[in-house]
Order: sequence, then structure tokens, then C-alpha cells
Amino acid sequence: MTLKLDQISQTVGAQTYLHTLDMVLAPHAVTVLLGATQAGKTSLMRLMAGLDLPTTGRVWVDGQDVTGVPVRERNVAMVYQQFINYPSMTVYDNIASPLRLRNDKNIDAQVQAMAKRLRIDPFLKRLPAELSGGQQQRVALARALAKRAPLMFLDEPLVNLDYKLREELREDLTQLFAAGEGTVVYATTEPSEALLLGGHTAVLKEGRLLQYGPTLQVFRHPQSLDVARAFSDPPINVLQAHRQGAAWTLDTSNAVHLPQVEAQHPRVQLGVRASVLRTEPREGDVGLQGRVQLAEISGTDTFVHLDCGGVELVMQKTGVHVFDIGANLTAYVHPQDAYVFDAAGALLHAPLNLSQGGH
Amino acid sequence: MVARIDLDLAHAYGPNPQQDSDYALLPLKMTFQAGGAYALLGPSGCGKTTMLNIISGLVKPSHGEVRFNGDIVNDKTPQERNIAQVFQFPVIYDTMTVADNLAFPLRNRRMPEAQIRQRVGQIAEMLELSGQLNQRAAGLSADAKQKISLGRGLVRPDVAAILFDEPLTVIDPHLKWQLRRKLKQVHQELKHTLIYVTHDQVEALTFAQEVVVMTRGRAVQVGSAEALFERPAHTFVGHFIGSPGMNFLPAKVQADQLLVGEHRLPLSTPLQQRLAAVQSLKLGVRPEYITLHDQAAQGCLPARVLRWQDLGTSGLLTTECAGELLRVRLASSHAKPPVPGQTVHVQVLGAHSCFYDNEELIA
Repeated sequence: MTLKLDQISQTVGAQTYLHTLDMVLAPHAVTVLLGATQAGKTSLMRLMAGLDLPTTGRVWVDGQDVTGVPVRERNVAMVYQQFINYPSMTVYDNIASPLRLRNDKNIDAQVQAMAKRLRIDPFLKRLPAELSGGQQQRVALARALAKRAPLMFLDEPLVNLDYKLREELREDLTQLFAAGEGTVVYATTEPSEALLLGGHTAVLKEGRLLQYGPTLQVFRHPQSLDVARAFSDPPINVLQAHRQGAAWTLDTSNAVHLPQVEAQHPRVQLGVRASVLRTEPREGDVGLQGRVQLAEISGTDTFVHLDCGGVELVMQKTGVHVFDIGANLTAYVHPQDAYVFDAAGALLHAPLNLSQGGH
Repeated sequence: MVARIDLDLAHAYGPNPQQDSDYALLPLKMTFQAGGAYALLGPSGCGKTTMLNIISGLVKPSHGEVRFNGDIVNDKTPQERNIAQVFQFPVIYDTMTVADNLAFPLRNRRMPEAQIRQRVGQIAEMLELSGQLNQRAAGLSADAKQKISLGRGLVRPDVAAILFDEPLTVIDPHLKWQLRRKLKQVHQELKHTLIYVTHDQVEALTFAQEVVVMTRGRAVQVGSAEALFERPAHTFVGHFIGSPGMNFLPAKVQADQLLVGEHRLPLSTPLQQRLAAVQSLKLGVRPEYITLHDQAAQGCLPARVLRWQDLGTSGLLTTECAGELLRVRLASSHAKPPVPGQTVHVQVLGAHSCFYDNEELIA
């Protein structure tokens, strides 16, 4: 299955939801639509699915122009944020419904197998309302997967679940997607979710498609500061650097060596991911002196928010670390671990081998 | 007066509870020290909101006692207990100005106007609302409204305790850390007894000095963020704290060795003594504390690689080890990423290993 968007745009009234874009979905793989709320993820997904009509441009499926073909005539499956099931049908009948619609064979075996894979097999005789939120969303997923549509759309399907449930279900989905043959489009606001799902990622911002490619490639080589920002959680740290002769100075007043930057740039922006900042210095590091604003602890990681003379930084350290608010702390970074963007935000240099902070 | 709160109680919504599942809160004994910052953390249905409502006086415990500074308060209302509360959604008067909203709880208690102005000014300063004091609340963003709610909870200097029920739910994710910071600073300054209910581990671990982890009506551990991560007292805590959570491998002790599946690992003498009486146990080790070895080394277990996920800043290796799923967190710039089907050797015994008997930490 190939889906191609050709010069697509969407305006509603005076508002532009999507600026003109081209996109060819990676077939038989997951494509993550990553961006903040209002970035255009849902609008783009609805155009792909045939729920909405683009203002300009064509949608092609397997070489056929399907622009304007309504969703019910297209073989797609959808899962939404809200847990949408048939409330008066049992879990079993919910999962069986797409199979019955197309008079499939071995319906019982298929329902049992799908329920087992999503670990809802003990609840087949219950109604959706009798299940927890996580189980209800599993039912919606099972029904969508049972349809075995060549195109499947998931619009932030885990956002309304507790984080532990989200973790479990995301793991299930990663495996199901890896095993399946369908083309999957998955919208999320969370960079970590894109990385866990793997596949391909399209970064969106304010209705523009900024970059599309294999997830890790986009993560490691963001073409712009906007992409790096959208694809960093915690937010990527940005330091302004000015050239004075051959020497560079950061807005934190630190001197820094940037031999990788060509002479024509008087000013660049350094993008420093939270994970490459360290509390222990190494050879060639720049030390950014700051005061602790807060240490946020997730268990697995601690995120230390620092104020370095008016420049705010976040440092990520593995494990639990306690820092008092107001304490002095120096964050160390090697200049080669920084992304270099020009004054307009276009990528000039990506780090070759990211050394790891944290541990 | 800032309260020390002692709970020695249980709660069942129906009469004559017989089994564990009849209790919303299983029998527990717990002390919240005066001036401490606590979080009640657990998944939905764990009993954390029931506990909060019992402390505030909205729910009367079916068994046992609630004491504030030694006095039994079971029959007292939230007003009589002198409790301030902040809820999930802003509770403010839209037609009033920010200043009048903040002053409301003080005017209700007939504090002199000069003192009210001073206190409102102090709280507004702490929450960075000073610039908006004369604005009507109606026109403000959800974040600002919830800040006013927080301010109304914090404004009275004489409260016994302030209770928060998921107060940052409506806050934009990018602004959450700033409000977490505010709450922490406010606690350091005002030294109230603060009790904070949440299902979000970051919220709980960041805010509280002591976190009460709850599951199925039971408080399974009360401890600092470090204790919950390094020494989970119950397997649920190991699972719930951390993403992914702790790995667990069933094991048996045989003389000076630990039997995991069909593999034998050497046990140190102190561990042998502490585990001697236990028939079967679980070995718990966090994904962050497992190291990989190419060769079978002493103390290592073979594990079959199922998946390698490069997560950009770290890597997650999922393996099958002694019939169980075992996850390992590695640096993402791993020289040779393991491939599915490959056998790796994992070091699971070390300073960070935990041992569980009947889900409880024993060593």
C-alpha cells in the first residue's frame, strides 16, 4: 500500500490548517506525526483517511486518485483519543463487527487470537463500560486491528491513560506494528513515543511539514532548530554564540571553541540536548555555571532545571539525584556534542558521535 | 497551627468487611510529620483519594482514628479541622479580581484588612501573580486560574494542613515544571503540612520529601524518591516507579548459590545468611543496573535478545532470561547493538540487586 500526498493544503475560513506539502508514506511501516497541539497532525491524518477534503492537491493510493473518495469507501481503520466502542455490544461482538461486515471466515478464532494478543481475552463477554480505560482502549485497538485494513490511523491513542498503562500498551503496539504488514499513521505530541515506536517520523509545526524521514535520522539530524525543538523532551537547550575574531563567546559569557563553523557565520545557535550535559567535567568541556531552579525526578531520570545567568538550561541525569533549589551547579558540555544552527535556525553541523552524559 | 497527622485506621464503604477486597483502605498506621511535604501516589482505584478525603474530613473512616496533633478528629468537618484544599480544576470566583479571590478565605475569617493586603501581596508575589492582582479572574488562562486556586489554598497562615488533589492536571505540560517549582519553594518558605495526591510519578517524586505508594487499598511504601528507586519495599513499587520498571526473576537459594532457572549464581556470605530461611524468592534488578558481557562470566546469566530499541539518548534491550522478560537500559551509542536471537550475558547481581519474599523486600 502506498499513500501519496501531492501539493496538499487545507484552509478553513481565513485559517490555514495545513500549508502546501508533499509526502509519500513509508509503506508497511509506522509513520509518526509528531508535533505540539495545533501543529496540524489531526488535520493531516483526516485528509489521508478521506474524512476531510483538501483545499488544494490530490491524495493517491496505490497510483489511484482517491481525492474526494469518502472514508467508508476506503479500507482504513481508525483509533481515537477517546475510547470509542459500540456500548451495547460485548467486547467479543465489538472485535467481531468488522469481520462480520465482510463475511469473514473463522471469525471466532480471529477474535480469540486478537483478544489474547491485547490481553483482553478474560473480558470477552463483558460490555465496554464494565472495563477500565486501558481495557476499553485495547478493545478499540483490537477492533481496528481485526479489520486488517491496509491503512490504519491512530490519533494520540494513549493520551488519556495513566503512564504505566501507556507504557504497557505502547509496548504491545510496537510489537503489533512490527509484526503487521499494514501502513500505520500514529499522531503524538511526545518525542519519546516516536522513538519507542521507531519507524518513520514526520515533524509538524503550525500546519507545516518540517521534516520526514526514518525516526532516528530525524532525531539525530534535525534540519532546523524547530525540528530539534519539536523532537526533544526535555526541551533542547539553545545557547547563542557570537564570533569575535577567531574566538566565540556564548550568551552565558563562556568562551568556546567552534572550529567546525565556517568563517561566514558571525553568529550561530548551539542546540544542546539535556542528555549531553554533565555534572562531571571532561577534557575540552565548557562549564556553564548556574543555580538549580528545580530537580524533577521521574525515577529513571532526574531533570535539573538551571538558570545560568538568565539562560535557562535543562540537564538530564540517569537515576534519582537530589538538588536543592537555589544550589550552585555547573553543567559541563563538550562543544562537539552540540548541534550548530545558523542565525535563522538551519542546521550547519550535527554531532558525529554523541558522547553520553547521565551515567 | 501546623498539624502532625496520625492515621491508625481502615475504611470500607460496606458494612462488615471480611476480605481484603472489601476495603477501600486496608488497615494502616501512618504519621504525616508537621511541616512535611507528602505525596500519595498510585494508579486509579488504589485508595489515595479515599485517604485524602479521610484526612480532610470529607469521609469518616469506618474503623480507627484520625488524629491532628494527638487529638481525635474523626467527627470534625474540614472547616473544624482547619484544612485548606486545592482541587483538580480551578475553584475561583470569575467575577472577582485576582486580589479579591485570594483575599476571600481571609475575609471569611474576619482577618483585619491591613493584614489581608499584606498576606495577599506575599502569596501573589510567590506565585508571580502580582501583576494581575486587579484583573478579573474571568479573562485569565486556565493556568493562571489554577494558580489563583493554589494561592487560595496557601493564603491562610493558620491552617493545619493543605491538601492537593491532582492540582496540575489542567496545566499545560510545558508550564508544569514551573508550578512544581513554585509549590516546592512555597513549602520551603511556609512550612505547612502538605499532602498531594497524584498518579504521576514525576509529580510525586519531585514535590514530596516522602512519597506514599499505594496499590489496591494498601500503602506499600513510604519513602524518599531515592529509597523508592534504589530499595523498593514491595515489588509493586519496583514496577510502578521507573520507566520501564524493575525486572523480577524468580529464584531459589541453595546453600551458597542462587538458583535462577537452571543457572547458578554465587551469593556473598551476608546474602546467604539473610536469604537462608527463604524457600523461593524474586530477584529484582532495575534496567539501569544491568550490565552486558560478551562472554559467560561469573555471576552472569544468559539472555536471548528479543528487541533492541535505539531511543536516541539511550537504548532499551528487551531479552528473555530464565523464562522471564528482562529489560536492560544501555547507552544508545552502543558499539555493536545486539541483534534479535543473539545470546547475551547479563550481570544481574550487584550492589543494586533487591530480593523479595512474597512481594516484600527482604534483602
